[in-house]
Amino acid sequence: MSKPRPRVKVPKTAAAGDVVTIKTLISHPMESGHRKDPDTGAPIPRKIINRFKTTFEGELVLDVAIEPSISANPYFKFEMKVPKTGTVRFEWTDDDGSVYSKEKTITVS
Amino acid sequence: MKFTRRQTLALGAGAVATAAMGLPSASVAKIATADEAIAEFTGGAAIKEGGVTLTAPEIAENGNAVQVSVSAEGASAILIVADGNPSPKVATFTFGPLAGAPEASTRMRLIQTQNVTAVAKLADGSFAKASSYVKVTIGGCGG
Repeated sequence: MSKPRPRVKVPKTAAAGDVVTIKTLISHPMESGHRKDPDTGAPIPRKIINRFKTTFEGELVLDVAIEPSISANPYFKFEMKVPKTGTVRFEWTDDDGSVYSKEKTITVS
Repeated sequence: MKFTRRQTLALGAGAVATAAMGLPSASVAKIATADEAIAEFTGGAAIKEGGVTLTAPEIAENGNAVQVSVSAEGASAILIVADGNPSPKVATFTFGPLAGAPEASTRMRLIQTQNVTAVAKLADGSFAKASSYVKVTIGGCGG
């Protein structure tokens, strides 16, 4: 399995106090733990992204607790306030403990 | 050793009672039902209808990826529950101080035609909900 690849869409610039739309997607199979191997009948163990968190300069924007009912390649779209120039940090936490992250800078003009 | 009819019955009743008593402890480990998931989120508080917008398709052709959007004015957290799924909880959104609006969109799996419910925790600590009935043509979570 290839390493999960996060993708985010964040505007590069904004006016101070603006609300911007953010779209995120990460490639991940999101094995629910309910499926069985079609050949052997053995259950496929659960392996999902269980948490997705977005912060701006350390301040919380959105924190999502994710369950197996979320589709493969989990996608989220939400709104964020931009108070000043800074970095948005996205973090996806896997069941196996690994954290995939991505950062984007928004410049306030 | 031989059992009389009376002894056999008593033994049988005992076995049934033991089995019944064993059940609650066994079901604790099971995944919570939709109602339990909601109760866990609200702490058993009353939930009023309305005040939450849940946008889901009326008919979902592919249950593997059903686009769903939730929003609720003044909400600090929103829970999405699909009552017919093997694990009914879908996701819990917690909005931080920098959330532009208490709204979010995602894609979820639906195994069959069912009700999808969004429960929002409002600023004053009360809870509101909205439900939507989604028809699923091809179920997700399959395999």
